Amino acid sequence: MEATRMTVTVRVNGREYTRAVEPRLLLVHFLRDELGLTGTHIGCDTSQCGACTVLLNGEAVKSCTVLAVQADGAEVTTIEGLGDLSHLHPVQEGFWEKHGLQCGFCTPGVIMTAAGMLAQNPNPTEEEIREGLEGVICRCTGYQNIVRAVQYAAEKMKGAGAETEVAAAGADASAGGDA
Amino acid sequence: MIPSAFAYERVQTVEQAVRALQANPGAKLLAGGHSLIPLMKMRLATPTRLVDISGIRELRGVWKKDDRLVIGALTTHREIATDRVVRTHLPALAEAASRVGDLQVRNRGTIGGNLAHADPSSDLPAVALAFDAVFDVLGPEGMQTVPIDGYFLGPLVTALPENSVITAVSLKLPPSGTRSTYVKYPHPASGYAVVGVAAAARVEPDGVIDFVRVAVTGAGDVPYRAQAVEDALLGQHVSDDLIREAAAHAADDGSISGDLFASEAYRRHLCSVYVERALRKVLSRG
Ligand SMILES: Cc1cc2nc3c(=O)[nH]c(=O)nc-3n(C[C@H](O)[C@H](O)[C@H](O)COP(=O)(O)OP(=O)(O)OC[C@H]3O[C@@H](n4cnc5c(N)ncnc54)[C@H](O)[C@@H]3O)c2cc1C
Ligand code: FES
Ligand code: FES
Repeated sequence: MEATRMTVTVRVNGREYTRAVEPRLLLVHFLRDELGLTGTHIGCDTSQCGACTVLLNGEAVKSCTVLAVQADGAEVTTIEGLGDLSHLHPVQEGFWEKHGLQCGFCTPGVIMTAAGMLAQNPNPTEEEIREGLEGVICRCTGYQNIVRAVQYAAEKMKGAGAETEVAAAGADASAGGDA
Repeated sequence: MIPSAFAYERVQTVEQAVRALQANPGAKLLAGGHSLIPLMKMRLATPTRLVDISGIRELRGVWKKDDRLVIGALTTHREIATDRVVRTHLPALAEAASRVGDLQVRNRGTIGGNLAHADPSSDLPAVALAFDAVFDVLGPEGMQTVPIDGYFLGPLVTALPENSVITAVSLKLPPSGTRSTYVKYPHPASGYAVVGVAAAARVEPDGVIDFVRVAVTGAGDVPYRAQAVEDALLGQHVSDDLIREAAAHAADDGSISGDLFASEAYRRHLCSVYVERALRKVLSRG
């Protein structure tokens, strides 16, 4: 069938962009190919790995599973808009301080997922952090330092002294929400 | 992976959505897109038009109405998992919603889309069956209700009338003092339920079970009420043996099948193990 283009306006990292796109264009391709924001990665393209995670109206979503037309009128934050070298976002700082990455391929998605998680739950337990990271796959780190990085960010965002050494392993598991 | 081409429109009312479906035979509704878009990317679904209902405000939210909990079709898994009314009155639903996929999926996926899609490994169908869900549906003939009994016809096939939109799902609140839970064995790769069990029960002070519901998803071609388990428990005195004996019937009412990951025998075994775990949670005292 004829692919009719539609005009979409999306606010990305505080700047408004208007483009004519095919309805089937995925948000991740819109960001990477139309806007040149290649910080958002494509790992699996099957909604599993989370490398493509961005904030859509403040919520972490997998941008390979969202159409650009669905984001018309919405606000998107990508890794490029989260912070910059002189003002790192607390999650970015956490990754730096706690060595939350190795090759770095998954990192933009993991950081955006963590930023979305902390926005929804500023005070997560270690178990909640691990559950919150279920939708991201990192083939390098083993996740230990990622969890530490998120704990660092949560502390920092609380405004308390950031440098508490928190053990990423071995805390007791307390299942929330039991009947 | 790129879906085949389609037209896209946003609608502001449910009536507009129904009209758009009627006017375009190849059209499909789009809610959170987290079942439909992956299928379209693999070209297992090739709708010619998507009717995006996600902006219809009145399809969102949770409220109590008489003895039912009404949930707007567009309410997301996250909203359900964190909703105070749901957590208080139907903890099993909050638990099931909190176990769907992952954080990002729960931010997008909706209860209406989940139950309309009817993936046999979805979590919410077990809860819907356990609490006598009723769908409010708007179609070309107007508003109607569709009960959950007989709703799941096969994998991805439901009794939802053509060209209709689920506006809300209501679940019957169990008698006060009932405990409920959802337990799940997630597929290690996909996270979907290999077996998921929703259970609810109430025990009288003398130890007799006077209300019980058990429903199973994941294991069969369609999710089902575990009637045989309920029959074995209702009116009986709670005991360890009773729970074990009842759980042995967990697969009796299902049409259980095997796949590459789990054989039929293994799935039947998992049904019993997870029904037993769920029952222990809702029947243990204190
Ligand atoms: C990576 C990943 C992991 C997942 N893991 C799980 C899991 O563990 N457990 C689980 O249960 N689910 C899981 N899901 C599926 C998820 O729950 C979906 O969000 C949900 O099944 C569909 O809801 P949606 O709003 O995204 O629907 P859509 O994808 O928008 O729609 C799905 C279907 O329902 C129809 N539809 C949507 N809304 C309505 C309505 N109001 N009335 C009538 N028809 C409607 C659509 O036309 C379409 O055919 C997962 C999804 C992904 C991508
Ligand atoms: S690229 Fe989107 S989840 Fe992997
Ligand atoms: S740092 Fe290499 S995949 Fe995560």
